[in-house]
Amino acid sequence: MVDIQKNFGKNHVLKNINFSVGKGTIHALLGENGAGKSTLMNILYGIYKQDFGEIFINGELVEIKSPKVAIEHKIGMVHQHFMLVPTFTVAQNIMLGSELTKGLGMVDFKKANREISKLSEEYGLTINTKKKIEDMAVGMQQRVEILKALYRGAETLILDEPTAVLTPQEINKFMENMRNLARDGKTIIMITHKLNEVKQMCDYCTVIRRGENIITVHTDDYNEQQLASMMVGRELTFGVEKKPAAPKETKLEVQNLIVNDDRGIKRVNGVSFEIRAGEILGVAGVDENGQQELVEAITCLRKTTSGSIKINGKEIQNTTIANVISSGVSTIPEDRHKSGLIMKFSVAENMLLKNYKERPFSKYGRMNKNKINEFASDLAQKFDVRPQDCAELPVKKLSGGNQQKVIIARETSDNPDLLIAVQPTRGLDVGAIEYVHKILVEQRDKGKAVLLVSLELSEIMDVADKIAVMYNGKIVAIVDAAATDEDEIGMLMTGGSKK
Amino acid sequence: MTISNLILLLVGTLTYTTPLLFAALGGVMSELSGVMNIGLEGVMTFGAFTAAAFSYSCGNPFLGFLAAGLAGALLVSLHAVASITFRADQTISGTAINFLGAGVSILLTKKIFNTSTSPTAPKLPSIFPVWIAHYFEGTTFQTLKGISIATLLVFMLVCLLYFVLYKTSWGLRILATGEHPAAVDTLGVSVPKVRYLCVLASGVLAGFGGAFMSISVTSSFSNVTICGQGFIALAAMIFGKWTPQGAMLSCLLFGFAKECTTLFEKEGGLISSSLLEMLPYILTLVALILFVGKSSMPKADGIPYVKGSR
Repeated sequence: MVDIQKNFGKNHVLKNINFSVGKGTIHALLGENGAGKSTLMNILYGIYKQDFGEIFINGELVEIKSPKVAIEHKIGMVHQHFMLVPTFTVAQNIMLGSELTKGLGMVDFKKANREISKLSEEYGLTINTKKKIEDMAVGMQQRVEILKALYRGAETLILDEPTAVLTPQEINKFMENMRNLARDGKTIIMITHKLNEVKQMCDYCTVIRRGENIITVHTDDYNEQQLASMMVGRELTFGVEKKPAAPKETKLEVQNLIVNDDRGIKRVNGVSFEIRAGEILGVAGVDENGQQELVEAITCLRKTTSGSIKINGKEIQNTTIANVISSGVSTIPEDRHKSGLIMKFSVAENMLLKNYKERPFSKYGRMNKNKINEFASDLAQKFDVRPQDCAELPVKKLSGGNQQKVIIARETSDNPDLLIAVQPTRGLDVGAIEYVHKILVEQRDKGKAVLLVSLELSEIMDVADKIAVMYNGKIVAIVDAAATDEDEIGMLMTGGSKK
Repeated sequence: MTISNLILLLVGTLTYTTPLLFAALGGVMSELSGVMNIGLEGVMTFGAFTAAAFSYSCGNPFLGFLAAGLAGALLVSLHAVASITFRADQTISGTAINFLGAGVSILLTKKIFNTSTSPTAPKLPSIFPVWIAHYFEGTTFQTLKGISIATLLVFMLVCLLYFVLYKTSWGLRILATGEHPAAVDTLGVSVPKVRYLCVLASGVLAGFGGAFMSISVTSSFSNVTICGQGFIALAAMIFGKWTPQGAMLSCLLFGFAKECTTLFEKEGGLISSSLLEMLPYILTLVALILFVGKSSMPKADGIPYVKGSR
């Protein structure tokens, strides 16, 4: 790809980008959120058209007008948000658009199932072709996406943040699969901002910063620290700087909590713990071990079966969400698009979601726009939400990191006693992760109790003062973060015992 | 109840079901591809007018019927352009089609025929050729010849659509477009193309439905020829969970209910006929209230597709 340029309106998203990939290599495309990585790859896959610049495949100038042309040139893409029809089976999804038919346009499902099974075994990506997508785990869905590309004879595979949605186990399996594919001569381009994965699995790495400034390097020649600095354009402190915790009185006390999920299965099974003012408790664990239900119970999104949850000594379980909020609990939810923000609303409106009824923002039911925007601008400045003057901008126009800042601004501005943060850095780049971690520690130092739930073990290790490990609905151990290491926690997370 | 009454009930049910089912199948086609089409009523009205006009002037009901399909496609193409190319709000565009269809039809009737009701036009024939129907004459089965040839066509269409949607590659693409258009787009299939074809097909079908009302049930067009059938068809589509076979069953149910009221009326005035005539509409409401919540609506139904969005 030579001299690629792309503008969205007045925004120059890509400026003179040059990018080339060698056959049979795994190539990382590294950059912060909004750096233009996905845009560049969407151009290569024909979803967008470049405003300027040329694309060569095997030395031949090509014009990729649509995904169809990209597919013809043996390019396949696995999008970050999967392009799978949930109500369809694996086979239906894979062959969609290039169906195997027998007379009258009838789809030959038998043959399709057979061929796809054969293909999946060839690449060591075994799958049940008759299963519906909606019944599958995310890791398997990704496998379907990869097979979809291979089924169309893809030689070049573009993966947009492939590991963002995977569990640690799935990530290991994924890396192994990718290495196998590269060994078979496939070319793999991986969009990512996870440095450790770049180091572990990629041969080359191209760094994009704000749509320009490309450097392509051999990953072996640089360490993570150097890659991160190139990506952000400044030095980053790795790890989190923090003073030792100074815990005071108990803020949250959970006793013998039992919570069922929607299907009536016991997901939290007799959990007890407490968090004191001025400390961060990290809940570590593999996904689906009851963390979600635990948080939902504390925030009253879910009914508990038995046990108690006390905030400042007052029982709050099975009351209302309003009661939980007024008791001093703030939450940074797991899914910022689904439950953290209203994407079509402006930044100001999103920041006001919790206190929209209060004066001076609302008087006799009439919203005071000036006051609201003033309040939002103040917060935006304080939390460095970019772009500046974003108060009236729809929140969906912001990058992931800045969206998260909007949530954090809202959730910390009402001065909570307990701050719950669930996967607060999911999908964020290193710069934004650093910022979120800093805020969590800052809140702790202000004397708040912080409950951090994360699937990223390194995050828990860096930020938390105490670590509670959840396995199979139980807290199997609560350990001091300073007195443990990733190995021990990793063992506990998978049901092993303490050293 | 006598056998002749039962046959009457059967014929009546089929007759009332046919126009509903044409339109409901149209709704199914359009919405499965992801375009809401609440304009069925207007398209039916326009179809009814066109059929009556063409059948009268050409003297051939089949030409009238075909013309109605084309007219339906023509009218609904406005909705297609608005909602697919220009990503307009599909509820508003569909409502506009309803007004437009009714307005244009009534206006043209007045302009062309100088009255509010079009002159009597030749009707579509019965499914039984004259020489067979001859044998029924004077027997209890004589009312059977009231079953129109279009009724046969609509039930054949149910089978055809079932086959196309669930057995062919075209069906796979239509269903996928209604569920997850971005997935279809990234596999090199044109989302607008699929949607245009489906919406046009829905216009043809709804046009046929209207034609059945004006040149089979009655033999002329007036402003009351189509009075709510398009909306009942929409309800039947939802009640039938957006499938041709489901639409068929719910249309039969509505048709049956309607015909029962007709029979009750004949039997004598235990219940006021005005109340009885409400029955199909009440049934529609009840069906919608009970089933719309847990229905299996196509996920992208009514949402315009923007390339590159997710």
